[in-house]
Amino acid sequence: MDSLQALAHGFSVALTWQNLGLALMGCFLGTIIGALPGLGPSNGVAIMIPVVFSMGLGPTPALILLTSVYYGAMYGGRISSILLNIPGDEPALMTTLDGYPMARQGHAGEALAISGIASFVGAFFATIGLVVLAPQLVEVALLFGPAEYFAMFTLAFATLGGVTSNNQAKAGFATCLGLALAFVGVDGQTGVPRFTFGNVHFYDGIDFLVAIVGMFALSEIFVFIEERHKEGSHTTAKMPEVGRVIPPWSMIKQTSGAMGRGTILGFIAGVLPGAGASLGSFLAYTVEKKVAGKSGRFGKGDPRGVAAPEAGNNAAAGGALVPMLALGVPGSGTTAVLLAMLLAMDITPGPLLFAQNPDVVWGLIAALFIGNFMLLALNLPMVGMFTKVLKIPSMYLMPGVTMISFVGIYGITNSTFDLMLMIAFGVLGWVLRKFEIPMVPVILGILLGELMEKNLRRALTISDGDFAILYGSPLAIGFLLVAVIGFILPIFLRNFVKPKKLVEDAITEGTAD
Amino acid sequence: MKSDRIFAAIVLAASLGMMWATTRIEESFIQDPLGPKSFPMLIAVLMAASAVVMFLKPDADPHWPGLYKLLELLATTGVLIAYAQLLPIAGFVLATTCASAFLTWRLGGTARQSAIGGVSTAVGIFLLFQYALGVNMAKGPWGF
Repeated sequence: MDSLQALAHGFSVALTWQNLGLALMGCFLGTIIGALPGLGPSNGVAIMIPVVFSMGLGPTPALILLTSVYYGAMYGGRISSILLNIPGDEPALMTTLDGYPMARQGHAGEALAISGIASFVGAFFATIGLVVLAPQLVEVALLFGPAEYFAMFTLAFATLGGVTSNNQAKAGFATCLGLALAFVGVDGQTGVPRFTFGNVHFYDGIDFLVAIVGMFALSEIFVFIEERHKEGSHTTAKMPEVGRVIPPWSMIKQTSGAMGRGTILGFIAGVLPGAGASLGSFLAYTVEKKVAGKSGRFGKGDPRGVAAPEAGNNAAAGGALVPMLALGVPGSGTTAVLLAMLLAMDITPGPLLFAQNPDVVWGLIAALFIGNFMLLALNLPMVGMFTKVLKIPSMYLMPGVTMISFVGIYGITNSTFDLMLMIAFGVLGWVLRKFEIPMVPVILGILLGELMEKNLRRALTISDGDFAILYGSPLAIGFLLVAVIGFILPIFLRNFVKPKKLVEDAITEGTAD
Repeated sequence: MKSDRIFAAIVLAASLGMMWATTRIEESFIQDPLGPKSFPMLIAVLMAASAVVMFLKPDADPHWPGLYKLLELLATTGVLIAYAQLLPIAGFVLATTCASAFLTWRLGGTARQSAIGGVSTAVGIFLLFQYALGVNMAKGPWGF
């Protein structure tokens, strides 16, 4: 019942004109960001961070704005999946499978509506899940000592690396790179400079906002310039008529099971570190295909094939907030970016956040409930407005995104040095993508490296250098075991879980018919 | 195959460099049992290990852009660097117009489209951030 009381207080925080306005603005911008190919939740939120900073918002309003962008992007990603067969962002990949066939058969409006409702169901129940699960997790986390924290960070890196990459060595390298970058600067425990190359600019360490905006947002321009001639610009593709956006009642009934299962699977995928929304939508789709069996017309425009992945990826977005808020360990790229913003505002998520800053947590959760209804309104009756956004040519859009990245970083740091560093991270992001090295572990390493090392050293100070403390409690042993399993198991599972391959198969099957 | 091996070699060299740099960290009079060197050393060793695995089990080569494209990407990087350097000198609007016109051009715009895109991106962002959001912008000799 404590949670309910806290939530009621949260609503009193969220229901101010400023916070409602920010939530609406975030939902609106987020839907646009999600809909535009090339911009997804993680880079969308990344370019918004410096903007939020420059606006001088407090932590609660800032978090409300950015999480609304996050939720909105998860809703918006489906729009171009359905209308253009181009996923607006990665989690919306699975929605192309049945969404686009539906649109081609003249059911674009219904596909948008069903997926909009599925998004709402997924996000709404995941937010309820967040209310229920996060405080429980906080109770457990209050028992953590430095050794348990260190084990938990190890777990997060191991599973994140295991799931996000097809190659364990590359994921491992990404984590090490992130941690190595986190070492740069003056060591907090002893005050000696490390890896600064004698450059004063590096004494404060590398600003993770610079790294995030560079890798997530700026690197996009290189990708776009590189791929300019490869495929037809999305603006030349013919967009099907949207038609009616009110789905027949029978269709809602038909897809309700798919939405329910998608929500549950998505939420679980979101809570697990590293899995995130892409896995959520993938699991939801595959399970739904199995459940429907022969009655399904999956891949040929089955409404359940739209409802399940959309419920899944939106539920995963809510689920990913659970470990981020309760433990301070993000489960996905976008929550890592949100964590960066909180850290930059001197708020450390984790169990103490619930005790010390209940306004931030519960205000945010209440705002998410409100934002969900706003998003439902924006994405059903007004979805036509967002389909127009898809007509903006990328040759105008991408320079704008690039320049906003510069404005944002310059606005916070006022330093040419940081701009150069951001360009370096942009180039690094492009190189990493070329080699299919996941970027999320790099970001997470930069973000959490300091905390991880601090906890390790604190644990060893307590034990006076005895390493046994690191595996001295059942919790720590459990974490370390799961870490090992989480890193190794995906090597064997990889043959079964391949979202991209499934999409390719569907495309080749489609042409074979 | 080959790309991954070259990359792995670079990573290995970098991790060796990191180990060397770790040994050079000066110890302070404040001490904790682990000290400032051990954890970075562990990470450097893990990085070297990942490089060795990448070298032994390389993935298929990525699709690399041709020479012309590569030069184009290099030029883009150059323009962005020049932009970062000139921003405080030339002011936001002028620098941004040039940079975003270049980007629009490289994304397939005609000369006219690039000019229009450059000016409208620069002016649009300036008005939005300066007046609607109140962000601190780079101001040149003429204040915009």
